[in-house]
Amino acid sequence: MRYLPHTAEERRAMLATIGVGSVNELFADVPGEFLVDGIDGLPRHKSEMHVERTLSELASRNIPAGSVPFFAGCGAYKHHVPATVDHIIQRSEFMTAYTPYQPEIAQGTLQYLFEFQTQVAALTGMEVANASMYDGSTATAEAVLMAHRVTKRKKAILFGNLHPHYRAVVETISRYSEHETIDLPSAPNTEFDFEIDDETSCIVVQYPGVFGGARDLTPLAELAHKHGALLIVVVTEAMSFGALRSPGSMGADIVVAEGQSIGNGLNFGGPYLGLFATRQKFLRQMPGRLCGETVDEDGKRGFVLTLSTREQHIRRDKATSNICTNSGLCALAFTVHMTLLGETGLKKLARLNHANAVALADRLAAVPRVEIVTPHFFNEFTIRTPKPGAEVIDALVDHGVIGGVPASRLFSGDGLDDLIIVAATEINTSEDREAYATALREVLA
Amino acid sequence: MNEVSHKNFATTGPETATGNRGLQIEEPLLFEIGATSFTGVDVEEPEAFESRLGDVERRDTMGLPGLSEPETMRHFVRLSQKNYAIDTGIFPLGSCTMKHNPRLNEKMARLPGIGDIHPLQPQKTVQGAIELMMQLSDWLTRLTGMPAVALSPKAGAHGELCGMIAIRAAIEAKGEADTRRVVLVPDSAHGTNPATAALLGFSVRSIAAEKDGTVRASAVRGALGADVAAMMLTNPNTCGLFEPEIAEIAKALHEAGAYLYCDGANFNAIAGKVRPGDLGVDAMHINLHKTFSTPHGGGGPGAGPVVFSDSLAPFAPLPLMKKGADGQLELIEEEASSGDAKPFGRLTAFHGQMGMFVRALAYMMSFGEDGIRQASEDAVLNANYLRALLKDSMSQPFGDRICMHEVLFDDDFLKGTDISTLDFAKAMIDEGFHPMTMYFPLVVHGAMLIEPTESESKRSLDQFAHSLKALAKAAKHGDKERFKYAPHFAPLRRLDETRAARQPILSYTPPTRRAAE
Repeated sequence: MRYLPHTAEERRAMLATIGVGSVNELFADVPGEFLVDGIDGLPRHKSEMHVERTLSELASRNIPAGSVPFFAGCGAYKHHVPATVDHIIQRSEFMTAYTPYQPEIAQGTLQYLFEFQTQVAALTGMEVANASMYDGSTATAEAVLMAHRVTKRKKAILFGNLHPHYRAVVETISRYSEHETIDLPSAPNTEFDFEIDDETSCIVVQYPGVFGGARDLTPLAELAHKHGALLIVVVTEAMSFGALRSPGSMGADIVVAEGQSIGNGLNFGGPYLGLFATRQKFLRQMPGRLCGETVDEDGKRGFVLTLSTREQHIRRDKATSNICTNSGLCALAFTVHMTLLGETGLKKLARLNHANAVALADRLAAVPRVEIVTPHFFNEFTIRTPKPGAEVIDALVDHGVIGGVPASRLFSGDGLDDLIIVAATEINTSEDREAYATALREVLA
Repeated sequence: MNEVSHKNFATTGPETATGNRGLQIEEPLLFEIGATSFTGVDVEEPEAFESRLGDVERRDTMGLPGLSEPETMRHFVRLSQKNYAIDTGIFPLGSCTMKHNPRLNEKMARLPGIGDIHPLQPQKTVQGAIELMMQLSDWLTRLTGMPAVALSPKAGAHGELCGMIAIRAAIEAKGEADTRRVVLVPDSAHGTNPATAALLGFSVRSIAAEKDGTVRASAVRGALGADVAAMMLTNPNTCGLFEPEIAEIAKALHEAGAYLYCDGANFNAIAGKVRPGDLGVDAMHINLHKTFSTPHGGGGPGAGPVVFSDSLAPFAPLPLMKKGADGQLELIEEEASSGDAKPFGRLTAFHGQMGMFVRALAYMMSFGEDGIRQASEDAVLNANYLRALLKDSMSQPFGDRICMHEVLFDDDFLKGTDISTLDFAKAMIDEGFHPMTMYFPLVVHGAMLIEPTESESKRSLDQFAHSLKALAKAAKHGDKERFKYAPHFAPLRRLDETRAARQPILSYTPPTRRAAE
């Protein structure tokens, strides 16, 4: 077996050194009735070539985003990632390292985490950011739990423009940790018009919203603060940081985001990258790992994991979160891509995204009986079609176009069946837009 | 700089003008290199258009510099050279399972049909991906002897959350949510166990372990009552020992109407040899980044699928997978479409760590069920071989007894030397090794937990043991400087962690701004 170094002779010699006759003697603590010497229904070992062939065959049954005009978003976006990024994250010293618990021989990981935290804080307009969470949705649930700790209250208001999967994650965690959620109705362009009381710990709003709309959140922050609650801003498209005012500048108390768009591929939904940032004053209530600057015995600057007294391996049942593993390598991809871009590149790229979305919206609006529902947006918007969105998207596949996400896939039963959420990024060409419009016209004919 | 470290520095050579020492190159923060006006990406200019951003267009500056591609490469390559990794040498962190990461798996994860598919594109365009998830599920359920699996948890602790929520949901379904409020956790458990239980509103009742770290069924029986929801037990446990009474413990829990959650962090010791389902386990997470070798990546991403017994299977979270009558594979994303199942909700957007699923499946297919068993046996063989080589130089808390995939030492052999477990670990860095897990499990004084994994050759183990023996000897001979000022040869000397926590600096501030503040 190519991954196991021992020869049979070496195994015998090692057993002799240990002083046992067979390896099963080392399993003596296992009651004999539970030891098996075969697992039914599973194949024996295979060559590298065989495995590659088998998995390639499975992969060939999928349609990759890069192979067709592609317009799906809703929390996962197809962007161009520079080749440098994948090369760096595949370096052994990054990819095959563990959590940097021995800082003297993990400065590589620690320094990029420090750089990552700096980038995330700057992008979100916040004071401190952690070293990443699993993804945007779990970061949102952690933000809600943190708001409960900060305010010592138990109720979260989820604004209607929150991605339904994110909402479901928050609801699941809230329900089983005995907290309350208030769900506001979902529809494009809803107003900030709802009841809030002094029992509310936080308002959770997405920016841009799941339908693509983006608007000033300052009034919402004021409303939350008037009632002693926190404003949690959720960003599912990190590219938007390059074009839109930062959540921090609009009064957000916690900003969480899905960082996949920067440096990371689609990967069918994971692994992704949760960004988590907040105000300095809430630092001690923050979940997740933090990397901090310090010095070594010779006075040289270095970095360590810090404030771990918040964390489960120290505080156990009093920890701020049960999280242990985060998304280190995805954070590295993010940081490398952001390092190449810088804010100048990010702003240019975000502008190109917006330009392509505007061009697409204009092109689709010219298709008979198609209506653009969201007047303001970044790189994603919602259209209304005369046929159910799911049918339209399904039919578009047969025309070789992946035209977006039908709202019914996320909001079944909410009467939004005629809506399609459409994303455009820098990857889309004018030919892609033309192909989409032409196919849509035929499908709706 | 104190006198001793200065002396040691002097013996390593002269000070250099750059501060570099040969291949050990100083690297500033990227914010100290680049300019905010620069970008290392050529972005096409769009045709003229009218902005539709409304009143939220960004006009401020963020202070984030860009670097050219060569500068970026150099920056991160230099950083990488300050890291120890499994590809550098043995990474014997107990409980963490640092094994070889096959590169075939990386290649497979980057196939366009895997890495470049969107979680919400029409399901008819991702049939191969759903098939892959079903095949992984099949491997996991057969290896564990448990009927159902939830793939979506993103890491081990997330898997714990998944398993414990399923237990809560099952208890609620029986109308016992208000009475069963206690979770039993042995005091040797991973910190994530009590943290997870507490997150779900359970109170934690600690179970004392035997002297050898294992838990007796009698101790569990003594703690059981109508208020107990579940027990969380790691098997093999955090001392590297198989829980010999786990089946009896499961039986006692079930008779009392409670469930057994197994922390599967150490499944790599028994995969292919023991099926947790046979032991009576109700839920167990499997760290794909441990047992099935997906790269740890400097702290993630991981993946923590959870297998369930029949009694918990109906509560598994969304999404569910189904093969339709027409042969079409389906991901069920909503409770309304889930038929007889009663999913407890959703743990993450989308479907889980697909990138990890494909790597784990490639690993399983490569090993086969015979190779997985051989890997478990070699992992156990390697740990016991190190035990045999080190037993006369170091001390074992429970006497010299066989272990599973990791061998536990304590600091008794350092008694009277004024050298701590931490000092000993830092001296290992000078020897060219990553230290073992220190001070865990908490139940053993000055614990040193060594997990070599099956990836290490006999030669590598011999070298490692030789070095540890030499260090133990040096400690006993009073060579204190070697330890107290270690590491001497790492990119940095020992770091001041107290200072980092007392005045936290968590992001870069430009010197001008820092001065103003």
